[in-house]
Amino acid sequence: MTGALIPGELVRDDHVEPRAPWSAVVAAGHVLTIVDVGGNQSADCLIYADADRTERYSVPDTLTWQGNAYVREGTVLRSQYGNPLMTVVGNEVARQDTIGGACGKESNTLRYGHHTAHQHGCRENFLAEAARHGLGARDVVSNLNWFMNVPVEADGTLGIVDGISGPGKRVAIRADVDVLVLVSNCPQMNNPCNDFDPTPLRMIVTAP
Amino acid sequence: MTRDTSTVFAARDDARAQGGTSADWMPYLPASTSPFVPPGIDPTTLTWAETVAPGGYTSKVVARGTRIRLTDVTGDACAHVLVHSAVAPWERLNVADTQKIPWQAYLGAGHPLLSGDGRVLATIVADTSARHDAFCGTSSDAWNERKYGDAAPEGPSPSGRALFTLAAAKHDLTPRDLPPSVSFFQGVRVEEDGSFRWLGSAGPAEVDLLAELPLIVLIANTAHPLDPRAAFTVGPLRVHAWRATPTRPDDATTPETHRAYLNTVDYAEARGL
Repeated sequence: MTGALIPGELVRDDHVEPRAPWSAVVAAGHVLTIVDVGGNQSADCLIYADADRTERYSVPDTLTWQGNAYVREGTVLRSQYGNPLMTVVGNEVARQDTIGGACGKESNTLRYGHHTAHQHGCRENFLAEAARHGLGARDVVSNLNWFMNVPVEADGTLGIVDGISGPGKRVAIRADVDVLVLVSNCPQMNNPCNDFDPTPLRMIVTAP
Repeated sequence: MTRDTSTVFAARDDARAQGGTSADWMPYLPASTSPFVPPGIDPTTLTWAETVAPGGYTSKVVARGTRIRLTDVTGDACAHVLVHSAVAPWERLNVADTQKIPWQAYLGAGHPLLSGDGRVLATIVADTSARHDAFCGTSSDAWNERKYGDAAPEGPSPSGRALFTLAAAKHDLTPRDLPPSVSFFQGVRVEEDGSFRWLGSAGPAEVDLLAELPLIVLIANTAHPLDPRAAFTVGPLRVHAWRATPTRPDDATTPETHRAYLNTVDYAEARGL
């Protein structure tokens, strides 16, 4: 099963190479299906209101409004003003992460060591793709991680562990307003967020 | 008493007569005149002394090596905090890295407040509360309007975002410059199913932050969004700061923070900070 998770008329169907960024404006009411083609491939994601791109995805507002640290079907993805940007309308994994944030050259030096400083990271993908839309470092905030697994233990210990996704697993998110979606197909080679082997993503937009 | 403000001269006298008045919440200037000097601290070394009103906000630019003590006087303060590099404010608190890099979601003594640039902006160097939150951020206008009926910064139940927006504007920062914040003195825990459990306050307590780079510090003292009390409830927050010594890499207790302080010192020395 490889198509859109929610039936509809096809608007776009993009292949995203391993490690590469992607972006598109998704119109209100349209549904973005992200396909984890190879399995356990983290799709780091940022969302902006297209009408006012200073309004953007907010991890804490999303979590606070739903009273839960994990993203699941039904989760409303909210902006820093509490407004709905998108809603998860289909989900084939147990839960999705929005705590772990993105990898980057700089943070990788803390996590793994300075020998990783020259590896590519999601922060680079976000900054490069954001620049195409006139956005910059000030607009890059904490993000969603589709298909990444970040449990929080009772004592607060948390981290990225083996994924609960698999080849062909999908998540579907409906745009509640016109949104600009930025995705980094995570280049990370040093943690389990993509099974240590980045694989492609498919981004399918449908109009119901 | 009848106040005469019928002429410019009378109005001037009336205004000047207010000078020297004390209030429960105010900055103490110079800082050495604070009525609440922390025990063991030479008052003449203080660089910031203030009591932030319930529902109030403040901000300050502080030097690298400044130790900032936040005091929850009554057990009802909630200090929502953002830190930006004062020399390059697009470098700022990154809550995801602050939780992920130390492999620990709950803030406490020794926890670094990290930027997204692989550096430590501030370190929590002392903590008598242990009830803090890096998940829920601060309140939005929509949240406080729904919960309390009002969110205006001049109203009875200001949202943290409204207060941050004002504090940021004082430094020519805009809503683009306001990432997710952390909050001190009102605790939240995550249950196995991901739901949040409210811990609330540990009572009167103190948290010390050490500025590892020159910082713009923004503080909004407003109710935590998950505070279950129906009435908007916040207590006064005291802030005292003095010059201390930045953390050295060899002081770090984990490999991740060791490298974070290496990066921070490297940056500071190259920049001449």
